[in-house]
Amino acid sequence: MKSLFRFPGTATVAALGLAFLYLPILALLILSFNENDLITIWTGFSARWYRAVFTNADMLQAARNSLIVAACATLFGTAAATAATLGVARARAAWKAAVEGLLGLPILVPEIVTAVALLLLFVFVGFELGLLTVVIAHTVFCIPFAYYPIRARLAGLDPALSEAAADLYADPARRFLRIELPLLSPGIAAGAMLAFISSLGDFVITYFVAGPGATTLPVYIFGMIRIGITPEVNALSAVMLLASILLITIAFLLGRHSDKQSDKGNG
Amino acid sequence: MRRRGLAPAAPAALFLLAFMVGPLLLMLYVSTLERGAFGGVVWDAHSLAAYEKLVFERDLVGRLALNPDYLAIFARSFQLAAITTTVTLAIGIPTALYMTMLPPRRAAQLLFLITVPFWTNLLVRNFAWILLLRNGGPIDGMLNRLGLVSGPIDILYTPFATGIGLVYSFLPYMILPIFVAMERIDRRLIEAAFDLGANRLRVLTRVVMPLAMPGIVAGGVLVFVPCLGAYVSPELLGGAKSMMIGNLIQAQFGASRNWPFGAALAMVLLVILLMGLGLLALAGRRRKSA
Repeated sequence: MKSLFRFPGTATVAALGLAFLYLPILALLILSFNENDLITIWTGFSARWYRAVFTNADMLQAARNSLIVAACATLFGTAAATAATLGVARARAAWKAAVEGLLGLPILVPEIVTAVALLLLFVFVGFELGLLTVVIAHTVFCIPFAYYPIRARLAGLDPALSEAAADLYADPARRFLRIELPLLSPGIAAGAMLAFISSLGDFVITYFVAGPGATTLPVYIFGMIRIGITPEVNALSAVMLLASILLITIAFLLGRHSDKQSDKGNG
Repeated sequence: MRRRGLAPAAPAALFLLAFMVGPLLLMLYVSTLERGAFGGVVWDAHSLAAYEKLVFERDLVGRLALNPDYLAIFARSFQLAAITTTVTLAIGIPTALYMTMLPPRRAAQLLFLITVPFWTNLLVRNFAWILLLRNGGPIDGMLNRLGLVSGPIDILYTPFATGIGLVYSFLPYMILPIFVAMERIDRRLIEAAFDLGANRLRVLTRVVMPLAMPGIVAGGVLVFVPCLGAYVSPELLGGAKSMMIGNLIQAQFGASRNWPFGAALAMVLLVILLMGLGLLALAGRRRKSA
């Protein structure tokens, strides 16, 4: 019976697809440990390029900028998205559609268009390009990235819980802090993680709105690639790759953990 | 009925009005302005020169002549986006189907493996292809050793390399929505089709694919839209001859310093995409009501 659900050939395509997805990642990781500086000819194992990366002051400054921007944009974006989720859930249908359309806009509009539009705005109102403009720009796309997981979590919750709290004379603030926030927290954590990862990884929008002193890690890497492909770029790219893989794995495990917990709670 | 109403959504909505809708309107306005003598724009001198420049060029005496250069870049972008969408569909549908038929635990593991590259840095992932594709790199070396080619492969800095980068960048965007749609299909429908004597091909074309169609359409949109505005893959992997709309737009804010033209290009890209999505939504609604 089970064999009926096997479609011949699909396993091969899936295996090839997976190999295609991981081949460049593996190649990059391996080549970053090459001691030679000819980049693609393997001569022996060495971590010297990693040492070079971690003692490069410009790189460390760019990493610091990236972390500051990602932390701020994640905080603002997730807070705004959490509030928006509660507001939208209780709004009238027409308003709901309008606000949801607005919230989805940063994902719908191509990055390059958002980048141009934001650059024009900052120049028009006379904002000096710097870390603040990067944080604003990142908050724009962090809002939808945080919004969707939180909304998904809210959709799975029983509205009776919050209504019961209201019946028991909990005021809105208390209802939010004691009932809604704890119940939504796995969605909020997942949303914040996605917002953080996408902020750390963003290149195109940052490239447009970052001033000279606000170089983030991806913008810095792009500059290095432009100048020439050196083993140091390999090592730095490998570090970024490993960092994001680590973050995603944590997000995944957190998600699974909270799923299990809520299953227990329901059962 | 306790309606708390929209108030909590106000910060996010106002922020996006100020920093998403506002900037897009400003972009529309700038696209109708004249270019300043030293770059930038003249804020009160209006003209449609930016849109005109997309199709025509003015010769020395001011006559308009058709200029295919920019249209060619639009055509190439559409072509690369269409090819990328087709290739990701060809990989994505069988992969999603395979995952759907796995036991849930295995499917979740595979899903995780596909999601990881999706969340890793786009720039870094495209950079990795420079290492793989360059002459003297691993692929070049292997093909030469196997005797399949003699001499350098010369793939890097061509539209083909851009295509590889685009497929690589957006493949997870295709697999994920198709998988979600296929997973929702009621297994009993597939069993019933088999019971009624349909073979695998027929089950696939008459049951699985039609039911997975919303996911396939969503995947197509999620790949095609960002592909059309791609900047990173053509910039890193493509040569001068595979410039796409995204690179052309960026150039107006970099070396070319023609902001109204850059704004007009971004506007045209946005309008084309919104029209496409509108048509798709309309077609979807018609299918539902039919």
